[in-house]
Amino acid sequence: MSEVIKVGMADLNLCRDPDIITTLGLGSCIGIALYDPSTKIGGLAHIMLPDSTKMRNNSNIAKFADTGIEELLNRMIKAGAVKSRLVAKIAGGAKMFEVSGLSDIGNVGQRNAEASRAKLKQLGIRLIAEDTGLNYGRTVELHCDNGDYYIKSVGKPLKII
Amino acid sequence: MSELSLAEVNNVYFDVLKEIGNIGAGNATTAISTMLNLRIDMSVPKVELLTFQELGSAICPEDETIIGIYLEVQGDIDGSMMFLLKPDSAHFLVNKLLGREGEQKQEFDEMELSAIKEIGNIIAGSYLNALSSMTGLTIAPTIPYLAIDMAAAILSVPAIQFGKYGDNALMIETEFGDDVMINGYFILLPELESYDKILSSLGISI
Repeated sequence: MSEVIKVGMADLNLCRDPDIITTLGLGSCIGIALYDPSTKIGGLAHIMLPDSTKMRNNSNIAKFADTGIEELLNRMIKAGAVKSRLVAKIAGGAKMFEVSGLSDIGNVGQRNAEASRAKLKQLGIRLIAEDTGLNYGRTVELHCDNGDYYIKSVGKPLKII
Repeated sequence: MSELSLAEVNNVYFDVLKEIGNIGAGNATTAISTMLNLRIDMSVPKVELLTFQELGSAICPEDETIIGIYLEVQGDIDGSMMFLLKPDSAHFLVNKLLGREGEQKQEFDEMELSAIKEIGNIIAGSYLNALSSMTGLTIAPTIPYLAIDMAAAILSVPAIQFGKYGDNALMIETEFGDDVMINGYFILLPELESYDKILSSLGISI
């Protein structure tokens, strides 16, 4: 039997085959899944904001794309994953309300997605699939037996990337 | 940027918010009962300081569908506010508003959606009036935006706003109704500089 490990908002954790790691209801936040296909170690971070360096109150490292992805990578390496083998998949970054103009709330999802891509690139981790943007919430599951990333949304068919 | 952090503001602000919640819920209850021609009672609002993990599941499980009405606030203070309702509460209010029997469909049609927006508008306006008359500040809401989706996804919007300042969010819960009690959840998100204005206009110094 596989277990399901839950990751909350501004939180991250690891997972091994045959278990599943999930985060429920991503809105403008991003769920970054890292996976080592050889050791079958997976990790999931649920970040809320793009950049910790722009914030005075930045002690919660899992809250930000830059520090959250770095911490997730370090924890995975410590658990036995090999950096050069890691692949990444990301989901979320929606615009939940059709707010007009350039208000923060209107584009934070997009900025979260951009910051996540940029951090992965900087760390040299391949981003192999993503499902970001649009205007609806997503529940994601990383299946550590094969690295599949399940995306569930209200009134939409299951998507696997 | 203000010198205050949300944590420092919280203690004093908590009581102020509770009072705004009280008066706002009273105003909202009166407005709704007039609109629906119903006798409606309300409970004393509960003000809660929640972590992000708690916020996502504070109303219902994270992936259950809820209705969020989001407005931005302009005038003497800047910020935004959100009112949240469960689908069954929304159906109840909409059916009352449209003068129909209580049919419970899964989906909302266009007319129902605009009725929900109007209810959100009235409720949000009631809270803002409370805040405005307490502080003497001019506070005007923009048009309401509506989203029906997973609770955590909708709550990520205020969570991110709070997340810029700290690791907690403030939520006011009010129960109102007659035979059927409805839970409304209200989140007020002033920009941090606006906290100063609200508190100083109330004669509170930190």
